[in-house]
Amino acid sequence: MLSILRRKATAGGSDAVLLRERLRKSCAPATTRLQGYATAAKEMMVRDALNTALDEEMSADPRVFLMGEEVGEYQGAYKVSKGLLQKFGPERVVDTPISEAGFTGIGVGAAYYGLRPVVEFMTFNFAMQAIDQIINSAAKTNYMSAGNISVPIVFRGPNGAAAGVGAQHSQCYAAWYGSCPGLKVLAPYSSEDARGLLKAAIRDPDPVVFLENELMYGERFPVSAEALDSSFCLPIGKAKIEREGKDVTITAFSRMVGLSLEAAEILAKEGISAEVVNLLSIRPLDRPTINASVRKTNRLVTVEEGFPQNGVGAEIGMSIIEDSFGYLDAPIERITGADVPMPYAANLERMALPQTEDIVRAAKRVCYRSLPMTATA
Amino acid sequence: MSAAFSSVRAIRRPGSFAGEKHSPPVASSKFASDFLGCAGRLPFGALSVSIRPRSARRRGLSSVVAVSDVVKEKKLKRSSSSSDLLITKEEGLELYEDMVLGRTFEDMCAQMYYRGKMFGFVHLYNGQEAVSTGFIKLLKQEDCVVSTYRDHVHALSKGVPARAVMSELFGKTTGCCRGQGGSMHMFSKEHNLLGGFAFIGEGIPIATGAAFTSKYRREVLKESDCDHVTVAFFGDGTCNNGQFYECLNMAALWKLPIVFVVENNLWAIGMSHLRATSDPQIWKKGPAFGMPGVHVDGMDVLKVREVAKEAIGRARRGEGPTLVECETYRFRGHSLADPDELRDPAEKARYAARDPIVALKKYILENNLASEAELKAIEKKIDEIMEDSVDFADASPLPPRSQLLENVFADPKGFGIGPDGRYRCEDPKFTEGTAHV
Repeated sequence: MLSILRRKATAGGSDAVLLRERLRKSCAPATTRLQGYATAAKEMMVRDALNTALDEEMSADPRVFLMGEEVGEYQGAYKVSKGLLQKFGPERVVDTPISEAGFTGIGVGAAYYGLRPVVEFMTFNFAMQAIDQIINSAAKTNYMSAGNISVPIVFRGPNGAAAGVGAQHSQCYAAWYGSCPGLKVLAPYSSEDARGLLKAAIRDPDPVVFLENELMYGERFPVSAEALDSSFCLPIGKAKIEREGKDVTITAFSRMVGLSLEAAEILAKEGISAEVVNLLSIRPLDRPTINASVRKTNRLVTVEEGFPQNGVGAEIGMSIIEDSFGYLDAPIERITGADVPMPYAANLERMALPQTEDIVRAAKRVCYRSLPMTATA
Repeated sequence: MSAAFSSVRAIRRPGSFAGEKHSPPVASSKFASDFLGCAGRLPFGALSVSIRPRSARRRGLSSVVAVSDVVKEKKLKRSSSSSDLLITKEEGLELYEDMVLGRTFEDMCAQMYYRGKMFGFVHLYNGQEAVSTGFIKLLKQEDCVVSTYRDHVHALSKGVPARAVMSELFGKTTGCCRGQGGSMHMFSKEHNLLGGFAFIGEGIPIATGAAFTSKYRREVLKESDCDHVTVAFFGDGTCNNGQFYECLNMAALWKLPIVFVVENNLWAIGMSHLRATSDPQIWKKGPAFGMPGVHVDGMDVLKVREVAKEAIGRARRGEGPTLVECETYRFRGHSLADPDELRDPAEKARYAARDPIVALKKYILENNLASEAELKAIEKKIDEIMEDSVDFADASPLPPRSQLLENVFADPKGFGIGPDGRYRCEDPKFTEGTAHV
């Protein structure tokens, strides 16, 4: 991989070198994210992207260790930590008993005292047993200690609904963690996002909640050569324009980005050009990017999997009203999961989660291309 | 009171186990997985030390026991005349039928899953039937059972019809939870099955609460005949979770009518119990909190039943909780999605040889409690019940759209007031499922 970049540096002049240096130094935000580097046809699954990110960060810094249930011998409950036990040994890839509150606290304590743990939850539902440690011991500590104790920890795991796993396994916690000061909350979509954000999270000196998605683990995405470099990381707090458009802005994160892109394709055939914004960072929210997009298109649809009240869409909507009210040509629409615990029956589950058709209908509503009465969920 | 437990020889175990060479002579490499299986197979007189910790004696409680030896002793001392057998013919057939129902149901679940009729997470109970049958068949309808995600067989033993459980697994509206709960969330008010929890350890405080209610009804509400007992089932992995310890403390403190049943099948997904636990002997954690801790061979339904009688009897008489550790094994993987690569095939074979249904059948036939033909008739009956339940589930309708918003609240006014000033739940569109959600 490095050799490819070296060739690029000599052939393409100084641009590639400058970009690489900037990324390596501080993950400072580039003013535009160049998508032109994705010329390499290499594809990678999200699960492998996370695996390589963990592998590289653990190789680079011996203070980084992984802790969680089934991360070692079982190769990861979803195989994200495959091969890591064999490579780094049981002291750095720690299989824990089923004691979420306990081992999360142990991770936070290790971070207080100088290590850089990555705590894996089998799903973020189980993190509710440890949420006291995440919020009270990790998020608030740098503030309470006035900078004496910083907590460079990453909490990661699958978030949101899978397929038919019932009410206690399907909640999306983006809104809950996103409301806490002291936490950084990230939600990748593609493999490049996953790699870049996880590396940034592990290098970050603050507690980061890293929300993955079980259904995305097996999805393949093309990755650029730049993303495969071990120094690649994405800036925290920057959203990404996945698809440019001019008629309506659709914001989404995690799996919903995929549905939004599908919806954008359908809308394009009907003459509506949708701009899809991949939030990437729930906290801090990239308000400038979202506002700039809405000022361009004048209409907004927010999409998320979680419950409607006090959700991510509510926050985005309010941010637009505060900063870009005069630019809105239509009321803001939010597409969320249904206001019910996730039902088990397959048809009810489909109704309880946003589908592509819901996003298309909402976009049409804000573009006044459909009858303006409340439509079906 | 504690007479039954105190008459038993207690077996002392050394502190660390993995790899320790100790008589009885077992190869050290096998000891780690064998030691729990040794309890029922130790020759008498070897390594038996009577232990009565002073604190326990002061309180009059017995503590350290290995009850499997009681049963063996009883059987050896007496002649095998039918009047001294552990069960009558009716009981034997009832136990046999219940275990065969559990096994056949779980096998049918696997088939249906691979045919795509069931989805999500399905955790099967093959091999552990003795624990469910041994305990639940001694309970009344009013007694409560709380379980984890491995709850199909607990539901069936408690009396939930196989049709209702199968429909629930298919996600149909005729299921015991109308298709809203699924495999991991079986609830039944009629049969007092209080769930079905996906998080391990979550059910233990719930069970303790049900026991608290039972005591409250007797003492505060003055329902003097309320002696309902709660039985909580959970696994070895749960015994490392904080909620377990909190509830052991409170149940003993308040003398709640509950039995904590640990189905120790040695594995929590891919994590061996011995790798996850500092002291793998879970029954010892009972005396630490002031309740009897009992270890029993969970592959033998008769032994489990003997222990269950004592424990449930204690709870019913108001003497407080008991911790029962059943050494058992699941023949299949953790769930149908688990490749099950980490368990040693030799270990699996060893436990497969101790199949509880085979053992009970052998006992029934050897002691002439019933004939081969009667057992075959039971198996045939179960097969018919199974076919009927699958057909019923197949033919049942999917939940209608309007069901999405039902049952969120017991009082649906929780959905708030709509734009027209009336409660949203009163809007006809709401109940038809066409309102904006």
